[in-house]
Amino acid sequence: MTALTKADMAERLYEELGLNKREAKEMVEAFFDEISEALSHNEQVKLSGFGNFDLRDKRQRPGRNPKTGEEIPISARRVVTFRPGQKLKQKVETYAGTQPQ
Amino acid sequence: MTKSELVEMIASKQSQLSAKDVELAVKTIIDHMSQSLAEGQRIEIRGFGSFSLHYRAPRVGRNPKTGESVDLPEKYVPHFKPGKDLREKVNDSMKAGY
Repeated sequence: MTALTKADMAERLYEELGLNKREAKEMVEAFFDEISEALSHNEQVKLSGFGNFDLRDKRQRPGRNPKTGEEIPISARRVVTFRPGQKLKQKVETYAGTQPQ
Repeated sequence: MTKSELVEMIASKQSQLSAKDVELAVKTIIDHMSQSLAEGQRIEIRGFGSFSLHYRAPRVGRNPKTGESVDLPEKYVPHFKPGKDLREKVNDSMKAGY
């Protein structure tokens, strides 16, 4: 099964809501752009029913180059984490597929 | 930012669709994504990231109140891996002092 893409989402907006193809494409772009924009201003994004995108500041920690074994510090950084909402967790939990991803 | 703030933000930046239309579109996108994951289908958004399912093996849990053990069946949980662009944008924001 191939992955769901922005093109698939735009196609659904076209089919179900009657947006024209250009509007549908722009809407999907805007959706992910605005979420990225908020996150890159250190703003959490909460999509009720789906989940929250949170930001975490990590301190510098010791790391290692797995190839050479050399010790190099991993710099302090900010990362995005996703916490699925209750509704999404429940929907997914019972997935009985045979091809774990 | 909440879902309704996201809707307002998108609506304010374009003139063709009403806020109601944008709201419905955002809901449709989110439902599509949820439905896809519920069917075990990955989601791949270039630059933003990918959503997939991670397997959790069955285990014996414990009721923290009573101490009683409970059999927990295997399950899947949603997982998000941020894409390179998003990772870099977010990390740069820290350097920029946000």
